[in-house]
Amino acid sequence: MYIKVKSELCTGCEACISSCPYDAIVIKGDKAEITEMCQLCRACMSVCPEGAISEGKEASDEKETALGKGVWIFAEQREGKIAGVSFELLGAGRGLAEKLGTDLSAVLFGGTGHDAKELVRWGADKVFHCDEPGFQVFNDEPYAALLSKLITEQKPEIVLTGATPIGRSFFPRVAAKLRAGLTADCTSLEIDTETKNLLQVRPAFGGNIMATIFCPHSRPQMATVRPRVMKRGTYDEARTGDIIKVSAKGITSRTKVLETVKEVSELAVNLQDANIIVAGGRGMGGEKGFQLLLDLAEVLNASVAASRAAVDEGWIPYRHQVGQTGKTVGPKLYIACGISGAVQHLVGMQSSDIIIAINKNPEAPIFNVATYGIVGDANEIVPMLTKKIRDFKG
Amino acid sequence: MKIVVCIKQVPDSAEVRINPETNTLIRDGVPTIINPYDVHALEAGLQLRETAGGKVTVLTMGPPQAETALREAIAMGADDAVLLTDRAFAGSDTWATAYTLSKAIEQIGADVILCGKQAIDGDTAQVGPEMAEFLDMPHISYIRKVVDVAADKLVVQRLMDDGYDIVETSLPVLLTVVKELNVPRLPSLKGKMAAKKAVIRKMSAADLKADEKNLGLNGSPTQVKNIFAPESKTDRTMLEGTSEEKIDTLVKELVALKCI
Repeated sequence: MYIKVKSELCTGCEACISSCPYDAIVIKGDKAEITEMCQLCRACMSVCPEGAISEGKEASDEKETALGKGVWIFAEQREGKIAGVSFELLGAGRGLAEKLGTDLSAVLFGGTGHDAKELVRWGADKVFHCDEPGFQVFNDEPYAALLSKLITEQKPEIVLTGATPIGRSFFPRVAAKLRAGLTADCTSLEIDTETKNLLQVRPAFGGNIMATIFCPHSRPQMATVRPRVMKRGTYDEARTGDIIKVSAKGITSRTKVLETVKEVSELAVNLQDANIIVAGGRGMGGEKGFQLLLDLAEVLNASVAASRAAVDEGWIPYRHQVGQTGKTVGPKLYIACGISGAVQHLVGMQSSDIIIAINKNPEAPIFNVATYGIVGDANEIVPMLTKKIRDFKG
Repeated sequence: MKIVVCIKQVPDSAEVRINPETNTLIRDGVPTIINPYDVHALEAGLQLRETAGGKVTVLTMGPPQAETALREAIAMGADDAVLLTDRAFAGSDTWATAYTLSKAIEQIGADVILCGKQAIDGDTAQVGPEMAEFLDMPHISYIRKVVDVAADKLVVQRLMDDGYDIVETSLPVLLTVVKELNVPRLPSLKGKMAAKKAVIRKMSAADLKADEKNLGLNGSPTQVKNIFAPESKTDRTMLEGTSEEKIDTLVKELVALKCI
């Protein structure tokens, strides 16, 4: 496919030029021309007042999509604990499988037979399980080799995993090997009812724009899915399914994990699993301000997070950072104190259920995503809130 | 040691905004920069050269103007630079990009390939690991520390959600790096002089001896269907009154919502 300008319709008005995210339109001889920078985003098509911009098809567009059947999710485990996103994927995967009239399978490397059964109870019809010793610990090459082999044999049409350090590291190898399309860090998945293609929505440009990606000609369609965005499926103790043992014979690795080190600070920092997060930014003024947040976190049994500004100031370690260059979180309650709400921070927390924003500046962008907004100095409001909650809890 | 650092020229993402009414990007005068993570990859490459000796080559794929990014990298201390530029590369997704870069690296040769963990415009983090697969070499993502360097192996720390892994790998290897790894140096005066004089090697699809069906649009399994502005929240309540009253209301709401 390509985008073309019908020169007989183009008036050279230049409306399309500023619409192009990729600087791919130039004016040549009073007519717009699409250059090789074009990424087929179609943004220009909707802005052209003359309707002069349209899609063209190439012969290769007509090639058949290889047939595939079934929706797969990769269930990631670390030190025997299945990642929460795996259950969310089973919830999302179930919805996709129903729309396609097909079944839902999970792939589990490492873990135990009990873990495999849990995946069934969370919604999998089938579990492909490799429990060989080399697969308990994550290594990119063997994980990629075995998953590629399974996909080649079974031919699923969709394969999903969590957009975690593990998923985002080894899924690209699988996609490269299989010549499959892979979309990173999706926040929404839908089936196009007409074509049966998987429509994958993801943020780009640091969350400033959203893009819908699809793979018109290749199977499987692969995606990594942002944790804490999809809803979990329903847990059913009585559910049964097939557990299929998978052999990793002949698969080797050129990397070796010598040691796994947990870094837990004195504060509970497992932000991705936290129900309540108290977060601070530059408006907290310093380490003293963060102490106020720790007090609030303590009465709420919450974790503490920070914006990049506060981390850069050295008030709190990097592992507490939420946002584009930090962690993505989605707790039930997110209390943003003295955070202005730069878009790089918002992309890391805007899927939280309830957001409370406390900021001196009534124009701060954080209020645009807030459920409740309080205009005021967080250094003054936070201790009052802590006291109120402590009194309430008795 | 032959070190190749892959970089990407990106718009300074913080300044890219979408007009919610027209669904188009506002990008008047947005400057381009070397992807910030790639600057850390370059610094890692320069430090490896200082430890193990050898040569640092920077590689990018892009339009002719991406040459600016390569010259910046030479100013920081890279020995030479290669620009992959050809109309045939247009419309590449991560698969086709990784294929194209890997064909170039087959010719350049590499013991260690370094990439930033992701580019700030696409945020996919996929090109690095995909290249490693095409080149049939191991890769390790999210490197936050290089622990040990030997002629035939490396030991590094890989950042994970709950801490880090210490991982050993044989060479050649591809590494993607996070910002914690180092503090990039500033270009030196000598570097800036070198950057001005440097001859950038350009390679086209023909030079790469690449399979054309794997390049550009034709080689890209994924396509962009459309772009749009993220939704903004409309059901916001601004709490009024004195600080005391605001907090009263807030705590009542939180209790009603069973957050407390």
